[in-house]
Amino acid sequence: MNDTTDVAIVGGGPSGLAAAIALRNAGVARVSVVDRESAMGGIPRHCAHPGYGIRDLHRVLSGPGYARHYVQAARRAGVHLRTESTVTGWAPGAGLGLEVTSPGGREVLHADAVLLASGARERNRSARWVPGDRGAGVYTTGQLQQEVYFYRRPIGRRALVVGAEHVSYSAVATLRHAGVSVVGLVTELSRQQSYAVFHLGAAAAFGVRPMTGVRVRALHGKPRLSGVELERLDDGRRVVVDCDTVVFTGDWIADNELARLHDGIDVASAALGPVVDTSGATSMPGVFAAGNLCHPVEQADIAALSGRHAGQAVARWLVERDTRVAQAGVPIETDASLEWVHPGRVRSTGDLPARGRFILRPNRFAAFTALRVTQGERTLWHGRGRRLTPTRPTLIPAGWLRAVDLNGPALRIGVGD
Amino acid sequence: MYDVAVIGAGVVGAAIARELAVRGADVVLVDAEDDVGNATSKANTAILHTGFDAKPGTLESRLVARGHTLLSAYARRAGIPLEPLGALLVAWDDEQLAALPGLREKAEHNGYRSARVIGASEVRAREPHVGAHALGALEVPDEGIVCPWTPTLAFVTEAKRHGATVLLSTRVRGAEPRADHVELATTAGGVRAREVVNAAGLGSDTVHRMFGHATFTVTPRRGQLIVFDKLARRLINHVILPVPTAMGKGVLVAPTVYGNVMLGPTAENLDDKRATESTEEGLAQLRAKGAHIIPELLGEEVTTIYAGLRAATEHDDYQVSFHPDQHYTCVGGIRSTGLTSGMAIAEHVAAQLGQRHGLDLGEAPAPDGLPEPPRMPPIGQAQSRPYQQPERIAADPSYGQVVCFCERVSRGEIRDALCSDLPPATADGLRRRTRAGMGRCQGFFCGAAVRRLLDDGPDAPLTAEVDQ
Repeated sequence: MNDTTDVAIVGGGPSGLAAAIALRNAGVARVSVVDRESAMGGIPRHCAHPGYGIRDLHRVLSGPGYARHYVQAARRAGVHLRTESTVTGWAPGAGLGLEVTSPGGREVLHADAVLLASGARERNRSARWVPGDRGAGVYTTGQLQQEVYFYRRPIGRRALVVGAEHVSYSAVATLRHAGVSVVGLVTELSRQQSYAVFHLGAAAAFGVRPMTGVRVRALHGKPRLSGVELERLDDGRRVVVDCDTVVFTGDWIADNELARLHDGIDVASAALGPVVDTSGATSMPGVFAAGNLCHPVEQADIAALSGRHAGQAVARWLVERDTRVAQAGVPIETDASLEWVHPGRVRSTGDLPARGRFILRPNRFAAFTALRVTQGERTLWHGRGRRLTPTRPTLIPAGWLRAVDLNGPALRIGVGD
Repeated sequence: MYDVAVIGAGVVGAAIARELAVRGADVVLVDAEDDVGNATSKANTAILHTGFDAKPGTLESRLVARGHTLLSAYARRAGIPLEPLGALLVAWDDEQLAALPGLREKAEHNGYRSARVIGASEVRAREPHVGAHALGALEVPDEGIVCPWTPTLAFVTEAKRHGATVLLSTRVRGAEPRADHVELATTAGGVRAREVVNAAGLGSDTVHRMFGHATFTVTPRRGQLIVFDKLARRLINHVILPVPTAMGKGVLVAPTVYGNVMLGPTAENLDDKRATESTEEGLAQLRAKGAHIIPELLGEEVTTIYAGLRAATEHDDYQVSFHPDQHYTCVGGIRSTGLTSGMAIAEHVAAQLGQRHGLDLGEAPAPDGLPEPPRMPPIGQAQSRPYQQPERIAADPSYGQVVCFCERVSRGEIRDALCSDLPPATADGLRRRTRAGMGRCQGFFCGAAVRRLLDDGPDAPLTAEVDQ
C-alpha cells in the first residue's frame, strides 16, 4: 500500500501544523501531517494552563485551546491530517519515502519534500544517570500531565520537582491540580531559570521555592518511592527528602530518531537535532526540519513560528529546486559559553531565519554580556547588554548574514567585546 | 495432592515445571513474587552461553553446553528472540593477550572446539568502534544473546497448558517431609506434593535449610547494568567480553535482542537479598569501563539502568542434590548461566526424579514428538514485529495502532498480553511481555496510555484531548 503527497510533515504539534498551514497558504496542493498520537496538537494538548499563542496568534490561550486552534486551522486550510500514524523509518530506494504504520495498514508515503517536526522529550532519570531504586512514583512532566489531565489518575501525596525552568512550574501546577503537595524544586544551577511571575507565583500560591545548586544523587524506596537523596554542590552535604513522587522536568532531548536513521542528514553535536540552515533545510536535499526538534526547547509559539517559516521555505524550494544550485555553505560554531546556536548553518546570505533571529542557548548565567559573530578575522556583528540564562533563549539579529562569505571559514558566535 | 511442587518460578523453576508437566506430571509452581521470572531472571545480561569458560568437569559446564542446544532449538519453535551473534573476548593488555590461548584450551576441555584466537587487525575489522587498546581476541562464534524474559514466560505457559498450577504471591514458610509426600506451608495455605524441587534462586539456601540442609549459603552478587539507546546498536556486532576474573565474567558490552546496547554488569557481593538498587559507584565504574571498550558508546543516550542479584554461593558449581528419602531435590546456586542451562537442568532433574525418586514420568519424547510449544509474541528486533506486518494489520487493525511509540508496541499486542495464559500484574510485567514502556522515552509519551490499558482493560478508550 503506498501513497504520494507533495510534502509530508512528521509530527502534528505546533511547528508541524503551522508549517502545513503555511504550505497550503503558499499554494502547495497536497500537504500531509503524520502524527503517531490519537489526536493532533502535540504537547500543548496536555498543558492545561494559559500562556499559549502570544507571539504567533497574538492572544492568550490554554495549551489544549491552542492545540485545537491549530488543528482546526490546518483542517480549514485543507491539510491532510493523519493521526495514529507512526513513521518507523525511511523507505529504501530513490526519492523520499516514509514507512508508516497505522490501523489502516503499513505503507510507504512518498513525498517531494519531508519536514521533520517531531519535537523533543524530557530526559528521564536513567538518561540523567540517576541511580537508586526503581520504585513507582517517578515521572517526567509529559507523563505526569497525561496521567492527570487525560486519565485523572491518582499521583501521590508529596512530590519533589527536579528542574527550575518554565516546564518545572508547569509540573508544579499539574501536581497541585492533582492534589499533590510539592515539597520543593531543585536545580543544579545557581538560580531558577523561569519568568519571575512563575517563580514568585509558585512561591506565593503554593509556598514552593527552588533549592539551587543541588544535585539529585539517588532515588530510594520500592515498590514506591520514599525519598530523593540530594547533594549540595558547594559543600557536598547530603539530605534525603521525604517524598513519594518525583518529577524530572526539562533537560530536553530532540526526538531525533528519523534524522539519525538517514545517512544524509547531519545531526548537531550539542542540540542533537538535525543541522538546518536559515530556511530550515537539512543537509539532505528535500528534507527540512523545524520546531523543538531543532531547538530543544522553546515555547510553543516559537516552535509554531519556526514551523511557519520552514513551511514557507519548503514551498519556495518546491518551485526552485530544479534551478537553484545547492550551496554547502558554512557552519556556525559556538564558544564555551553557549551550548548551541540555531540555525547552525548558513547557505544563503539572503534567507533570514525564523523571526529574523538566531537563537543561542547559553550554558551559564550572565547579565550585560557582549556577544560577537566572527568569520575568520572578520567581525560580522557585535552586540552588548545581552542576558544569558541556561535553558532560555538569547536572541541576536540576523542582518549580518549579508556579510557572510559562503566560501569562507566557519562562523563563530561567542562572548566578546 | 500434586506430583511435584516446584518452588521458584524463575527461568530454572519454570523450565523444570515445563519439563515435568509436558511429561505428564501434575505440577504446582509456587513463587513469592507477583509474576514469574521476577527476580534474578528479569535482571541479567541475557547472554546465551556456550560454557566455553566454565570450570571443566563441573555440572555447570555440562549443563550449559547441553542447555545451549536445547534452548536454541526451543527458541526457534516458540519464537523466543535469540541472536547467535558470536562473542569476541578482547584482550586489552599483554597479560590478557597471553591468557587467550589458555582460555581456548579451557574451552576445548569444556567440549567447545570452535573458539580461536584472532589478532588486533581482525578485531578492528569486525568491531570498528572498539577502543584503541584492543590487542587481540578469542572469538567464540556460538555465544549469543537471548530474550531474558520470554523463555520463562514460554516455559510457564506451556506448563500451564499441560495442566500445571501456578501460585504467585505465595511464599513458602516451611516444609515437612512425610513418608510418601511433603507438606509445604505457604502464605496461601498448605500445599501437598509427592516431590518438591527447590529452584528458589536467591532463596534456595533458605528452602534448603527447611529440609535440614546447610551445605551452601547464597551471597547475592549484584550486577548493575546500563542500557543504551537503540541508536548505539550500530556500534557493535558481537558480544564483547573481557578476560574473566575470580569475581566473575567481568564487564561486557553486548547488543540486546530489543536492539539496544547493554554495558555491565558490576559484581558486588552483598548481604541484602533485596538490594537491587544501582549506585553512583557502580555507574561510575561502568562508565569508565564502557569508555575503554567502546568509546563512542558514552556519547549515546541512556535508556535505562537496572540491577539484578545473582544467586552466588561459596561453591564453584551449581548446588544440585537429590534427597529421595525426603522427596526433595535442590537446584540452587544457579548464577548467570541459568538462562542458558535451564532446559538442561530440567532434563537432568526429570531423569533423576524418575530414576532415583521413583517419580512416574513418561519417556522423554523426541523433540519432533513433542506438542508444539506456545508461539510467543515476536518482541525481538530481529523478528518481524506486528507493526511491520500488513496482513496482520489488515486482519486486525489494532496491530497497526501503535501505543508505545519508541518500541512500536501496538494495542493488539498489549491486549494479547493482558488476555494471555499468564497475564501481567504490573506495568513491569506488561513491559516484559510486550516491550511497552521500555524504550527511550521511558513513558514520557506513552506511559499514561499504557497504564490506562493495564488498569482499565485493553479496550479502554485512549483520551485524545483534555475535556473542557
